Amino acid sequence: MTTIDPHAVPAPSDGALVASVAGWVTTTDHKRLGRLHLVVAAVVALAALAVAALVAFERIDTESVSLELGGLTQMFSFARFGLTYLVMLPLVVGLGLAIVPLQLGARSLAFPRLAATGFWLWLVGGVLAVVAIAANGGPNGGNPRFVDLFTLSAGLVVLGLLASLVCLGASIMTTRAPGLNMRRLPFFSWSILVLALGAVVALPIAAADLLVVFLAHKYPSLSELSGNRAIGDWVGFAFTQPVTLLFAVPVLGLLGDVVGTATRSRLTPRGPILGAIGLAGLGVLAAAIQTPVFLSSGFADLSANDKVAELLPFLLVQVLPLLGTFLAVALVAGGLRTKPKVSAALVFSLLGALEVLAGAAAGVLHHVGDAGLQGSVFEEGTWLLLVGGVLLGSMGAVAHWGPKWWGRRLPDKALLPLALLTFVGVELASVPLWIAGFADQPGAVFPAVEAGPSVVEFSYSGPASLWNTLSAAGLALLVVSVLAFVLLALRSFTTGESAGDDPWDGLTLEWATTSPAPADNFAALHAVRSAEPLLDLKPSTRSDA
Amino acid sequence: MTALPSAPAPAPRRQLLVGVGLASAAGAAATGGLLALFLQFRDRAMSTEGAWLPEGIKVPMVPANVMLIALLPICVFAQWAVYSATRGDRPHTGAALGLTGMLGLAIINAQAMIWKVMAVPAAQGSYSVLFYALTGLVTLLAIIGVVFSAVTALRFLGGRTADREVVVAHALYWYAFSVVFTMLWFVVYVTK
Repeated sequence: MTTIDPHAVPAPSDGALVASVAGWVTTTDHKRLGRLHLVVAAVVALAALAVAALVAFERIDTESVSLELGGLTQMFSFARFGLTYLVMLPLVVGLGLAIVPLQLGARSLAFPRLAATGFWLWLVGGVLAVVAIAANGGPNGGNPRFVDLFTLSAGLVVLGLLASLVCLGASIMTTRAPGLNMRRLPFFSWSILVLALGAVVALPIAAADLLVVFLAHKYPSLSELSGNRAIGDWVGFAFTQPVTLLFAVPVLGLLGDVVGTATRSRLTPRGPILGAIGLAGLGVLAAAIQTPVFLSSGFADLSANDKVAELLPFLLVQVLPLLGTFLAVALVAGGLRTKPKVSAALVFSLLGALEVLAGAAAGVLHHVGDAGLQGSVFEEGTWLLLVGGVLLGSMGAVAHWGPKWWGRRLPDKALLPLALLTFVGVELASVPLWIAGFADQPGAVFPAVEAGPSVVEFSYSGPASLWNTLSAAGLALLVVSVLAFVLLALRSFTTGESAGDDPWDGLTLEWATTSPAPADNFAALHAVRSAEPLLDLKPSTRSDA
Repeated sequence: MTALPSAPAPAPRRQLLVGVGLASAAGAAATGGLLALFLQFRDRAMSTEGAWLPEGIKVPMVPANVMLIALLPICVFAQWAVYSATRGDRPHTGAALGLTGMLGLAIINAQAMIWKVMAVPAAQGSYSVLFYALTGLVTLLAIIGVVFSAVTALRFLGGRTADREVVVAHALYWYAFSVVFTMLWFVVYVTK
C-alpha cells in the first residue's frame, strides 16, 4: 500500500459550510484549482454558446434584425472572446491542473500559490471583461471607459492563464516521479507541456499587444494603432488559427491516454506520437510573427523565388501543425486495432480529436489565397470546430478522470448518445459556415466599424438562410448537450455510482492512488520503469505482451 | 488501488530555476513582440513619411548607454552572489545582492531620466505609444528584478543559506533581463 486514504468527509453544518467555501476560495490544491477552472468554464460555455446561437439566429434573415446593431457586435465579441479565453483555453488548463501532478506521481503542483493567483486573475479579468462588453466596451465598442476596462481585463485573463501554464510547465519539468523521464510522460502531460511552452511565447505577446492597444486608445492620436478598433488587427492572431490549434493540442494527448487505457496496451511508436503532438504545437510561430501567413492569390503565377518565399513560412506555420495533428491522430488511432473497451471517454476524445484535425485542415485551407476564403465566415467555422473539439475532449476527460476527483463515475449509457449529440452539434454549427464561406458570406471576427457591421450585411446567391439556420441550430444543440452533460455530471458526481480507485484498469500513475485522490496525492513516491507503470504490474492482462 | 514500488526521494530538480526561466522567457517574448511591432511601424513610417521620430524629439544616448553598461556589473554581481552563496559566505552574498539591486535601481532611474528628457507626448502617434509600451515594460521587468534581489538578500541574510537555488534563479533573471534590455537598447536607442 503506497498511498494514503482519502480524508473522511463529515456531514456539513453551517460552520462546516463556511469553512468549506473558505477552503475552496483560498485553496492551493491543484485538483481544486483545476475543478474551479472547469466549473467556471462550463458556466461561461453555456452563456457564450447561447449568445453565439443568438447571433447566428440573427444571420438567418438579414432583412429583419431584431437586436440593436452595437449590441449584436458586442454579443459577437463576447462569444468569440468568451469561447476562446474563458472556455477553450481554461478547460485545458483546468484539466491540466487537475490531473497532471497525479500523472507525474507528484504530491503537489509547482508554485501552487502562483497557480491560485492565476485562477483569480483569470476569473476577475473574465468578469470585468464580460462587464465591459455588456457596457458596450468590447472590440469596436462605443463606450471609451469600458473599452479601456475590456483591454486591461483581457490582459488580466491572459496573464492569469499564463501563470497557471507556467506552473504546469515547471511541474512537468521538475516534479516527475523517479524513472518518469520525458519519453515516458503520459501523452496528456506531454501535450500540456507543449501547450505550456507554446503559451510562454504566445500569451505574453498577446498581453503586450493588448497593452499597446490600451495605450493607443487611452491616448488617442492619428496613430495607426487605432485603439479598440485595432484589437482585431493587432491581437487577432490570438483568436484564430494556428494559435487556437495550440490551445487544442491537449485533446490529442487525451486521446493517447484514453486509447491506451481502452486497449490496455502500450501505444507505439511512442516517440513519433510525442513528436507529432509537439509538431502540432508549432502554431505558436504564428504568435511570434503576429501576422497571418497566407499563400497569396495567384500563387501559381509567382516567380520561383517568390513562391519559395511564400511557401516556406506557410509550410512552417500552417502545414506543419496540421501534419503533426494528423500524425498524432493517425498513430494513436492505429492503437485501436487492438480491440478497445468502448467507453464514453473514448468516444468523446476520439470525436474531439477528429474535430480538431478537421479544424486544423480547414484552417490551412482558409489561408490559401486562391481558395478565396479570406474575410469570409469560413474562418468562424474552423474556429468553431476547434472549440467543439476542445469541448468534446473536455467532456471525455471529465468522464475519464472525474472518478479520480470526485470518487464517483458518470454513466456510460447516458454519455454515449450525448457524445454523438455534441458531435452533431459541432458539425452543424461549423460545416454550414464553411459552405457559406465558399459563397462569400463575410465573416465578423472583430469587424471594423468603418467597414460596416458585417454580421448583418450580406447577401449571396444560394440558400443563405439554410446555412445560417443550420449553424444556429447546431449552436443551440451544443447548448443543450453541454447543459445535459453538466447536469448529468452534477448528479453523478454527487449521488452516482462509486467508482473505486481504478475504474478503467488504467495504465498511468493517477490510477495508483485512491479515488478521490487525497490532498497530497501520494503517501510515497513511486518508482517508474516504463511509460505505463501500472501495466508492468498486470502482465496477465497485457494485450501486447 | 495498485501497489507500486516506492522510490527514494529524488534529487531536487531546481523548480525555482525552471520557473524563473519560464517567466524570463515570457518577459522576453512580450518584449520581442513589442520590438517586432516597433520595427514594423518604423519601416512603414520611413517608407511613407520618410521619418519615424516625432519632430523635435532627441534620444539622450548617455543615460541609454549607461543603462547598457550597468548590465555588465549587474551580471558580475549576480554571479558573485552565486559564487558566495555556494560557499556559504553570507557577507559577500549580501553585498553582491545589494549591489545588484542598487544597479537595478540605477537603471530604473536612468529610464525615468530618459522619459523626462525626451518628453514624448503620449498622444503623438505610433512612436509614442510603442516607445512607452516598450520602455514601460522593460522598466517593469527591472522593478521585478530589484524586488527579486531584495527578497533574495533578505532570505539569505535571514539565515536560509542552504537555499542556494534562489540565488541562482536570481542570477538567471538578471542575465535574461540583460539580453532583453540589449535588444531594446539597440532597436529603440541606437537604430531608433
